Amino acid sequence: MTTRQSQDDVEAAYRASLARGHLSFQRCACTEAWLPPREQCPRCLRADFRWEEASGRARLISWVVYHRAYDDAFADRLPYCVAVVELDEGPRLVSNIVGAADPEALQIEQPLQLRVELERGIPVPRFTQQDIPESTAS
Amino acid sequence: MRGRCVIAGIGQTAFGALPGRSTFSMHAEAVRNALDDCGIGKDEVDALLVKGPTSAPELMYGQKLAEALGIQPRVGGVWDQGGAANASLIAYAAMAIEHCQCEVAVVTFADNPKSGSRAAYGKAKGDGALFGWFGTPAQYAMIARRHMGEFGTAAEALGAVAVAARRHGAANPRAQLRKPLSLDEYLAQPPLVSPFRRDDCALVSDGAAAVVVMSARRAAALGVDKPVPILGFGQGQTSWDIIQRPVLTETMAAQSAATAFEMAGVGPPDIDVAQFYDCFTITVLMTLEDYGFCAKGRCGDFVRDGAIEHGGVLPVNTAGGLLSETGMPGMQLVIEGVRQMRGEANLQVPGARTCIVSNQGGVMHTHSTLILGV
Repeated sequence: MTTRQSQDDVEAAYRASLARGHLSFQRCACTEAWLPPREQCPRCLRADFRWEEASGRARLISWVVYHRAYDDAFADRLPYCVAVVELDEGPRLVSNIVGAADPEALQIEQPLQLRVELERGIPVPRFTQQDIPESTAS
Repeated sequence: MRGRCVIAGIGQTAFGALPGRSTFSMHAEAVRNALDDCGIGKDEVDALLVKGPTSAPELMYGQKLAEALGIQPRVGGVWDQGGAANASLIAYAAMAIEHCQCEVAVVTFADNPKSGSRAAYGKAKGDGALFGWFGTPAQYAMIARRHMGEFGTAAEALGAVAVAARRHGAANPRAQLRKPLSLDEYLAQPPLVSPFRRDDCALVSDGAAAVVVMSARRAAALGVDKPVPILGFGQGQTSWDIIQRPVLTETMAAQSAATAFEMAGVGPPDIDVAQFYDCFTITVLMTLEDYGFCAKGRCGDFVRDGAIEHGGVLPVNTAGGLLSETGMPGMQLVIEGVRQMRGEANLQVPGARTCIVSNQGGVMHTHSTLILGV
């Protein structure tokens, strides 16, 4: 990178990619890859990175199931699942597992597939258990 | 500097709901009680070390408190490590005393999230709100689920921690929650944020607690009754947010304890009683493992059959901890450790000579250990 990007810049780049239906992460010249967007590499502390699109393949690190709404916006979705997900490329993120018939029956390390959906108009990366084609919900 | 500094005095307010009390008012009561407990006057105090109120962070809070208490300390201020801060501040007080920066240190904490605002505990971080990722219980539950998945840890293990805390709290006249809990009652509870139930989670409490730290020599010169020597201390910072933490089931608690054990010249078999930070049940289970009381992943076997209850092999949180005595972040555990070493605890462990105390903060981000003796 020739021009240093601010935190606002890298977050805007991340959102723009999601709006195109892709989940992108930063990869440093030192090979470290990460999420969430940062101004510099958390390993070598240099700002020499490029953006990569994730394949969409991931695995489940852990998950919880909310049976109580801590925010009114989620009151009509109970129970819902929040998970820590690791992309095949390495970066981790918080997300939702959607479409699981019994969220208590998920397994750590199970394979997941990215599905970009809209949350109150904002594109967000969610995951499903099955290998289904990536799509942008409308 | 093993044992060269002591906890000379302890003081607290009532625990529970204290409506209408500012944190300064609660600090003043706890500090006055701690000074009375060791029989010294306020003019002896030349250090005031403070963990700021979690529910209402404020700049220059330590200086405002010093003014409210009428103290002009040589060493003073607020230290932020979340729930690890109280134990760390006691260690810093000992180090400052050892190096002649001060002589008598008060370490104090007060907060009123029960009667005041608890908004600080429920807010989402960053993109979290888009995924419904709210609240502290869910973050610890995320660690608990991983532990269950990796090691087969059962709900009964989490329940054993809650049952022990509630048994001890029920016997403690000053505890906020004095209702015993059976394992069957625990297991019958509906999920809150699974794998957690309500009784996996700490209380929300108003209150203050304070300790007075000085050199053993000073305590002897002042005629302090039953000073409790600080044998060892250590810290470890896991740092990473749990989303980014490469391993969810281990923390730098292991490093913190190893430092404290080395300084004290003792190991897990020498510990008679433990006060472990139990903001959530999983924290006690992982602390048992990281401290070396059992192998990683074997906490479920360790806590079976009342092993961590009074009368068991390692009584834990003998006044009820955050789950039953008060949700205060950590100082109550230090105070109960002092009472055990003085032989004055409500549920005294007979002949106890060594107590280990853990404090930890964030979502297992920070960790601090104290080892107390007689």
